Amino acid sequence: MKPYLAQSRTEIRLALSQGESLLVTIGIPVIVLIGLSLTKALPLPSTAKSATNFLVPGTMTLAIMATGMVSTSIATGVERSYGVLKRLGTTPLGRPALLAAKITSILVVEMIQLAVLAIIGILLGWHPVGNWGLFVVSAILATAGFSGIGLFMAGTMKSEVIIGAANGIYLVLLFIGGMIMPLSSLPGALETFARLLPAAALSEALYHSIGIGGGIPLWAWLNLILWAIGAPLLAARTFRWTQ
Amino acid sequence: MTTIEVNDLYIAYGEKIAVGGISFQANSGEVLTILGPNGAGKTSTVESIEGYRRPSRGSITVLGLDPYKDLPKLTQFIGVMLQDGGIYPRMTPLQALHLFHGYYKNSHDIDYLIELTNLRDALKTPYRRLSGGEKQRLSLALAIIGKPKVVFLDEPTAGIDPEGRLAVREVIRNLKSQDVCVLLTTHELDEAQRLSDRIIILDHGKIAAEGDLDELMTATRGENIRFSASSGIDLSALEAEIGAKVTEERAGEYLIVTQATPDNIVKLTSFLANRNIFVGDIRAGKSSLEDVFFALTGKVVEQEAQNGPSTGRRGRRHR
Repeated sequence: MKPYLAQSRTEIRLALSQGESLLVTIGIPVIVLIGLSLTKALPLPSTAKSATNFLVPGTMTLAIMATGMVSTSIATGVERSYGVLKRLGTTPLGRPALLAAKITSILVVEMIQLAVLAIIGILLGWHPVGNWGLFVVSAILATAGFSGIGLFMAGTMKSEVIIGAANGIYLVLLFIGGMIMPLSSLPGALETFARLLPAAALSEALYHSIGIGGGIPLWAWLNLILWAIGAPLLAARTFRWTQ
Repeated sequence: MTTIEVNDLYIAYGEKIAVGGISFQANSGEVLTILGPNGAGKTSTVESIEGYRRPSRGSITVLGLDPYKDLPKLTQFIGVMLQDGGIYPRMTPLQALHLFHGYYKNSHDIDYLIELTNLRDALKTPYRRLSGGEKQRLSLALAIIGKPKVVFLDEPTAGIDPEGRLAVREVIRNLKSQDVCVLLTTHELDEAQRLSDRIIILDHGKIAAEGDLDELMTATRGENIRFSASSGIDLSALEAEIGAKVTEERAGEYLIVTQATPDNIVKLTSFLANRNIFVGDIRAGKSSLEDVFFALTGKVVEQEAQNGPSTGRRGRRHR
């Protein structure tokens, strides 16, 4: 327990002390939420009663993706290339506790992100409608999926490649993940493709659980569950601890 | 009980054989050094003993456990200093010490380690901005923080500063007095000579020689005469006079590979007298570890070929 606590403290401190990482995890989601809520520059789904009803769940999706995939892949990739993971291999920390500490850190950072976005949303006039239980379940499933993708990248790619790839995917999914504009505004084939990715499923799930209420569509559940199982398994099978 | 026991260790990477069936032991309170040129199999050997890789053949036990299979049970009792840091680049030494302090059931006091490795002035500097010596000293402190019974130091003096060198010596002395088994790899013969109880010379994945310093030096019957004088002496004339090979190792430093009999000394001095050559000094006797190493591996001590052309066999050793 002591090694796990020491490692968790370190992981959280490292995650919250790096400028570029905070920009992606908190800065951009906050800017997008405020900017688009005020300017209404992008189309909203016809079902949305207000901009914040769509954009709060949307930017929360962005935040979860940033922490699970972007931060995790970049940080873990750097740790691998600097031999940190190798060095930890001969300490009593052990792999299960290291993984548990990483998950703890991801969840703590997400709670901070979601609290910040919720408070700003409320200041912008957001009234949550729906079911916080569904919100928590879908957020956890998506975190597992995104973290699996992040660790898959960290375990197989060079750290310079990871930085480019993770930020690139972040940008693309920002636009085709149903976070800031509705999936239905995408061209047909792109919309179908987008619905296979975890970003669109999470934004749909969060939109229904805290944006407009009503049940989460079946396709989104299936998508979230499959990524939550598949991505961590893929990461576990391919992860290399040393460079 | 034997602390480290290696039996017929064989490590292959695909077709390439890195270590070809070696056996040795190390005991508590003993400093065993593995010496060898680059590519001799030092790191493969040590990393297998640390539990990082599974041997292709043969067996290893550390404190009675198989380091590859039982690594989680061993980690409380071993301390590792890798060649390349392995510390979070943004972490300060103080944070790293606190983190590692949390990993072990029984850890050294952090202040004690800071004093021992003289890290006081670097405590708040991120790892990536530390000097090479500070990085090495931190890595050393982290290797011993858990009061290990077995310590692995892979090239601990590579790129180190003078105070780091002193810290390494001090730490190894302390470990010995606490009955810790230390496995050291180095390419620095001075350090090996100064620190080790026993030395294994590894070459092409095989043990070329093993023993304490005296044994190694007698094994190669390395008697010789060295002298210093002005550079550019006619070597072939001197060889003809003495009947043994003469080399000018550095400008003005000569080595004659022959026994230092009174007769040979007379031949040398009369040769010099006839030519009115003034002598700096004449030393006779056993070969150094460096000579032994050269005799066994045919390689000069300086191993880092990327440092450009060799500066000769007694050239500066650096990484």
